[in-house]
Amino acid sequence: MDSQTPIVIVGAGQAGVQIAESLRQEGFAGTLTLCGEEPHPPYQRPPLSKKWLIEAGALSALTLRGPAALERLKIAMKLDTRVQNIDRKRCELEFANGTRLAYGRLALATGSLPRTLPVPGASLPGVLALRGIADSLAIGAAIRRCAAEGRRVVVVGGGFIGLEVAAGARKLGAEVTVLEGLPRLMSRVTAPVVSEAFARLHRAHGVQLIFGAQVIEIVGHEGTVAAVRTADGQEIRCGSVVVGIGVSPDDLLARSAGLLCDHGIVVDDCSRTSDALIVAAGDCTARRMGDGELVRLESVQNAVEQGKSAAAALMGRERPFINTPWFWSDQFDVKLQMVGLSRGYDQVVTRGDLAKPAFSAFYFRAGRLLAVDSLNRVSDHMQSKRILDHGLSPTPAQVADPQFDLPSLLKSPRETTAGEA
Amino acid sequence: MPRIVYIEPDGREVAAELASGQSLMRGALEAGVEGIEAQCGGACACATCHCYVSPEWLDKLKPPSDDERLMLSNVAAERRPNSRLSCQLIAEAGLDGLTVQLPDRQS
Repeated sequence: MDSQTPIVIVGAGQAGVQIAESLRQEGFAGTLTLCGEEPHPPYQRPPLSKKWLIEAGALSALTLRGPAALERLKIAMKLDTRVQNIDRKRCELEFANGTRLAYGRLALATGSLPRTLPVPGASLPGVLALRGIADSLAIGAAIRRCAAEGRRVVVVGGGFIGLEVAAGARKLGAEVTVLEGLPRLMSRVTAPVVSEAFARLHRAHGVQLIFGAQVIEIVGHEGTVAAVRTADGQEIRCGSVVVGIGVSPDDLLARSAGLLCDHGIVVDDCSRTSDALIVAAGDCTARRMGDGELVRLESVQNAVEQGKSAAAALMGRERPFINTPWFWSDQFDVKLQMVGLSRGYDQVVTRGDLAKPAFSAFYFRAGRLLAVDSLNRVSDHMQSKRILDHGLSPTPAQVADPQFDLPSLLKSPRETTAGEA
Repeated sequence: MPRIVYIEPDGREVAAELASGQSLMRGALEAGVEGIEAQCGGACACATCHCYVSPEWLDKLKPPSDDERLMLSNVAAERRPNSRLSCQLIAEAGLDGLTVQLPDRQS
């Protein structure tokens, strides 16, 4: 493409910033505009549910790219502005304030939105969800207020965000109840052995866990939240409710513009959408895999890798996202690191000390390694990441043998591959 | 305000004044130093803020924690004796002039 054609990026989060930076690295010299809805310069979101929530730190502790960085990259920032419509015929964006901006090529990195509870009382003051800086500050303040007044914080959802917030609330001294609709924690992404380790961890730190809990109403009193009612008749009195029941891709802009969407903007492994002038990256996308299946990943790595692919695609190059997906979470003193996608596993083998906890769960399908979850087992995680990146696999028996040296697989790849066949 | 010198993968030098207590990773992101990804945001969980510390500074730094050492064992670029994760290096008065080099790849 013409290296001077103006490029506009909608969304100033991890994916949007990565697209901008990678475009410059790829030699794009034209006008580059990055539009963000929030007033803040680009920042990192993961700490919002972890360390930053507890410490209510300075905004500078979240900086993704500072003003000097953006100036150096010659990125024009349009913050605090909402794009309302994409006019694909005229190749223009319409902003909420009525102004328009022409694009030669467009990148969408609009992220995701927290799912809301479809129950009465869900919009009461004191019912909170986490997306941005303002939400993290509000949740932190609500937790501190509950701790001071001796009132309980109810977290709806026993996934990553809910559990991280629950851990933070305990650290800040509040009583916490986690309501999970399914029979175990993080059940969509981990094996029971991992869920159980986290349930023990949270209970040991005083978190009350209630499983199979279906929230039917949030009860208000004098205009603010007072209790949560569940389908089995429980009423849990509380001073605040944090809803962490997953996110939905923010693909509204793309859908309205007629781009192919299916619970996310559909992209190929090079981040291309159904419009040759438009790419998309990060939480807002659904990526078509080699087997035709659509996969949504909500992670920083996904935003970074899809962002790099999107920038390459804008420059007319193919740079498929092929790295093994990885995720992490911090809860109390446990560092959870996950690599690979465990969906479809038929066997789990653990390695390490389950009680401590300091162990890894290795997920296999038909004897081949799919994914590894590591709890305070950093070297297992790093080694498994490399093993999966190289397309290698230990056998379940090797993993089960504490004497087996995982990195040895990387030293003799040919023998290992032969051994698996 | 210790001054940190970053050498980017292509050899360009970028100097930045960091607040005491700020990590070298965060300082690099603020200044727009190329060659750092810092995907996990400083949680010592991803090893994408790998740097090489100028050898003369190595013994002036606090030694790496167990977690950092383990993460360093599998960084994307070559691991060297002076490899560190920049999210674990905290700027302080005694480190004025500290020089670190960024590797050619982080992931």
